[in-house]
Amino acid sequence: MSEIIDRPDSFTRTAGRQLLLFALLSVGGIALLMVVLSWASSLTGSSAGASSGVDPATRTITATLREEPPQLNSTRATDQVSGMVLGHVMEGLLRYDENNQLAPGMAERWQIGERDATFWLRPDARWSNGDPVTAHDFVFAWRLVLDPQNASEYAFILYPIRNAEAINNGKLPVTALGVEALDERTLHVELERPIAYFDKLVAYNTYLPVQQAFYESTNGRYGADHDTLLYNGPFTITRWVHGAHVRMEKNPYYWGRDRIRIDVLDFPYITSDPNAILNLFKDRKIAYTTLTEENLGEALAQRWHLHRFMDGSVFFVEFNHRPGRITGNRNLRKAMQFALDPSELVYKVIKQPGYLPGESLFPIWLKGVEHPFRQEYPAPPRRFDPVEARRYLELARHELGLERFPPLVLLSGDNPVANKQAEYYQAALKKTLGLELRIDKQIFKQRLAKMLSGEFDLVLAGWGPDYDDPLTFGDLFASWNLNNRGRYSNPALDAQVRIAQNSLDPKTRMEAFAEIQRIIYDDAVILPDYERGLVYVTDPRMQQLVRRVAGPDPDFTSVWISGD
Amino acid sequence: MWSYTFKRLVQGIITVWFIATATFMAMHSVPGDPLTSDKAVPEEIRTHLEAKYGLDQPVTRQYLIYMRNLLSGDFGISFTQKNREVNDIIREHFPVSATLGILAIVFAGLGGVLWGALTALYRNRLPDVIITFLVILGISVPSFVFAALGQLTVVNLNDLLGVTLLPVAGWGGVWHMLLPSLVLGLGTMAYLTRLMRSSMLEIINSDFVRTARAKGLPATRIFTHHQLRNAILPVITVLGPAIAAITTGGFVVEMVFAIPGLGRFFVQAVQQLDYTVIMGTTVFYGAFLVFMVIVVDLLYAWIDPRVRLE
Repeated sequence: MSEIIDRPDSFTRTAGRQLLLFALLSVGGIALLMVVLSWASSLTGSSAGASSGVDPATRTITATLREEPPQLNSTRATDQVSGMVLGHVMEGLLRYDENNQLAPGMAERWQIGERDATFWLRPDARWSNGDPVTAHDFVFAWRLVLDPQNASEYAFILYPIRNAEAINNGKLPVTALGVEALDERTLHVELERPIAYFDKLVAYNTYLPVQQAFYESTNGRYGADHDTLLYNGPFTITRWVHGAHVRMEKNPYYWGRDRIRIDVLDFPYITSDPNAILNLFKDRKIAYTTLTEENLGEALAQRWHLHRFMDGSVFFVEFNHRPGRITGNRNLRKAMQFALDPSELVYKVIKQPGYLPGESLFPIWLKGVEHPFRQEYPAPPRRFDPVEARRYLELARHELGLERFPPLVLLSGDNPVANKQAEYYQAALKKTLGLELRIDKQIFKQRLAKMLSGEFDLVLAGWGPDYDDPLTFGDLFASWNLNNRGRYSNPALDAQVRIAQNSLDPKTRMEAFAEIQRIIYDDAVILPDYERGLVYVTDPRMQQLVRRVAGPDPDFTSVWISGD
Repeated sequence: MWSYTFKRLVQGIITVWFIATATFMAMHSVPGDPLTSDKAVPEEIRTHLEAKYGLDQPVTRQYLIYMRNLLSGDFGISFTQKNREVNDIIREHFPVSATLGILAIVFAGLGGVLWGALTALYRNRLPDVIITFLVILGISVPSFVFAALGQLTVVNLNDLLGVTLLPVAGWGGVWHMLLPSLVLGLGTMAYLTRLMRSSMLEIINSDFVRTARAKGLPATRIFTHHQLRNAILPVITVLGPAIAAITTGGFVVEMVFAIPGLGRFFVQAVQQLDYTVIMGTTVFYGAFLVFMVIVVDLLYAWIDPRVRLE
């Protein structure tokens, strides 16, 4: 209209230029801010100097940790991540070798009798401060585990030692423990009862030695930081930034140092996000990763070399056998046994790579007399049979005197696999038996609390092994076992557990386990769902990564790096 | 101004106390406790553990003890990270979350203002249409999707180029911060863009801008001093809560990028019923949020004197 007022276009252009200037200034400002922040946070830094997954030049293997190790005090550690770390930096009397066979560790030889055991320590067994590892270190550690004041949750694993249980319950002083250092290098143990697998137990983390002088010098912070731990294993922790980074280096004092073929074991990433871990692997920053259902296809397309590993755990539906619960009725349980099909569950519903349909309380990896237990004593085959299921249901209805069944509560965890499983069972029981299931979804601890107090009819439960013997599963449903959350009680089963506990003859023991397996099927004590497995990929240059069911997993101690 | 500050502070303290009490009650009413574990523990051991952590006391007494410790700044020892004090966990991990949060908020704030101003300037023209579309995307897509997509892009880019252009995950270097903070700030940036745009449009048609033009001020001065400056006010208002939301809401991003921030403790503690960490992180974040809101209110009162008169 007139020349005096700015035309909107020219204003926009001028202002636009102004904005561009601001934008450039912002970018500059942000860059500066980032540098300042990274400088300020360099103390919490972790992955900045991280090398590639496999580095032949520095003989470094890099991997991820699922979580910050919650407890590196071996007398109190219970979880898998702490167990893995401890397995690399500590060594017990015996250890598992690269073929998963028991091998000499701190003890160069040993003798286990019916009522006692003797271990002779090797002369070159040393702590990372140069001190020799002595029999006294074991006596101190084991007393500490059983001291009620220390409140170790895995103390029960030492109960085969004489007076251990009484000490743990506060009835005897710790000095009454049946373990004695005959001299610096000879450890003598008295046993409460004959035990067929004591050699396997002493390879377990809770049996690791602790040096008394060092322990007392840490003022109750033993295992809290990398410098409040004394190491006697293949590696030592040289850097530990909580929640961010654990770095281990080869221990020059370790007796078997010539056997260890990598110098550094680095965990600069702590995350449990499967996609993040997979992406790190694709970026060649880490040496191995586990696969999930979603990325299995991609792994196949990339032609990665896949490995399969059963992690040893068994998952099952546990019934509430407490008086007054209708799930205490055998015929009702049998009806569900015939109505549910673990194969369909695993292959059509859960569809996770590596999972196997559950057939028995005893997983397939357990050793029998000579061959795998499940080969020597196959589990009674489970079959899906709706007619048989309905027949049992009629019997149950008659016995219980019910017009119709009330809705049953299925207590379930809150994770993707459990969700699918619960919904599948709900649909399957409705379809085949007309039974109503109410799913009670709870997060981990709350589910455990409800299991303990018996607020369920059925619960999706599971069990992982504590030691490498079928008894770790076999005694689960003994009437006195505190982990028998359904309170199943059967004298016939109890009798078999006693035999398996007290006998030293492998054949007798395995037959007892086979009988337990039969009773559990016959009485439908539980309904096995699946055995958990996993599929993982490794950097092709990393050789001999050992996976194991009971004990530190994965085990990098025998890893070596091959030329590309 | 002083009495206003005092009033806001007292309100803040009461709010934090209320947060602490409500969390404490909710936490204790849930089945199970931190000592519940998947392997049964003998009665004797449990008794010792309960005594060690003071769980053998009645809940009201536990509450009083907790409040007393809280006043002296002691959050207690974690149940899951058995050798660490909650104070240490916060001290070591909050700076990481804060760094990430500050950078994200700077991205969001500067980006929001710039894009908002740009869209208002080019109203209903191509830049406006494109950015408005992206804004809708940014507001509606949750951050974990951006995080996963961003990470995937970086992996493929690195793979394509054969060198590590940007790190995929981890923490510690300058480049580790870039992607996570961008991803974390994206939602807020989109929101601020929209806010800035509408605020800017309102200002452009206001009387004082017309006056400024009428008296012949240069365009640059009108734009920066009269338009931008006034339009930014609503953005500052939401910045306070946004800072707290970003700093506390980084859990997913921290998880995906393996960043050792406080967010993961905040979430995991609830799953593990780690009483002390639940209380510690909630009270700390609660106080932080309240503090941020107060700071913004004071800032606002300082910028706009009308607020003080209420």
